[in-house]
Amino acid sequence: MVDYSEIEIGDMLPSITKGPITRTQLALFAGASGDPNPIHLDDDEAKAGGLPGVIVHGMLMMAILAQMLTKWVPQNQVKAFSNRFVAMAMPGDSLTCMGSVVAKREENGLRLVELEIVAQNQNGDDMLKGVATVAI
Amino acid sequence: MVALDKEFIGKEYEPFALEVEKGRVAQFAKSIGEENPVYFNADVAKNQGYRDIPVPLTFAFTITMDAGQSLNVLEDLGVEKTNAVHGEQGFTYHSDICVGDVISGSQKITDMYDKKNGALFFIETEIKLVNQNDVHVADLRSVIVVRN
Repeated sequence: MVDYSEIEIGDMLPSITKGPITRTQLALFAGASGDPNPIHLDDDEAKAGGLPGVIVHGMLMMAILAQMLTKWVPQNQVKAFSNRFVAMAMPGDSLTCMGSVVAKREENGLRLVELEIVAQNQNGDDMLKGVATVAI
Repeated sequence: MVALDKEFIGKEYEPFALEVEKGRVAQFAKSIGEENPVYFNADVAKNQGYRDIPVPLTFAFTITMDAGQSLNVLEDLGVEKTNAVHGEQGFTYHSDICVGDVISGSQKITDMYDKKNGALFFIETEIKLVNQNDVHVADLRSVIVVRN
């Protein structure tokens, strides 16, 4: 259990690392997530769209980043979660997800913690950058 | 080259409604590498205070994809889907979405603008999701980037 009184600004969440992301995972996620865009499945189509080859679904990366939050608290304590898709990941890339506490506040009887969150590839390049609000 | 028709700003699409299926949620959870039994076992979920198996945090976007909500905007604007990428995604959560829920919503185009002299254009949309009991469960905000 995470204790609100013990949380301090600057605290880091436990990080998670997932991957390498495979083409098989992209195919499974395409079906499971209902995203039929061929830029995640077909190199020829991706290249026709001006990409170097198939890219990882942004929403797959976001789903991995979300798991850092839900490993820290039960998901019904996550009140808001957003990110920018900063760079494209390719099959073979891994993601490390990190977060830190940037603010604490109480609102409508809820004890809220504001987080800055990021997902980086194996080279330390930012793939996703975002924020989340968690009720403790 | 796609022209930016700002007349689409404010357009609201037809409402949709979809049931959240257990098998689909398990398939989604598995595909993202999730292993927490709360996403696979209703008893575990109920013991943790959920009405039934909750959907993973980003599954709300999949509900809207299944309802064709991203693609209908691209089709409307004449954008090839291979030229479109996701720029930003945001979720605000108000109540749990669980297996068996019937989720309804409607999409609105809230803004459109271009950058780099029209080389990139941006489409912002919002979708409010409500469940079968008229409980407001989530809000989604998306930014789609189109490369011209």
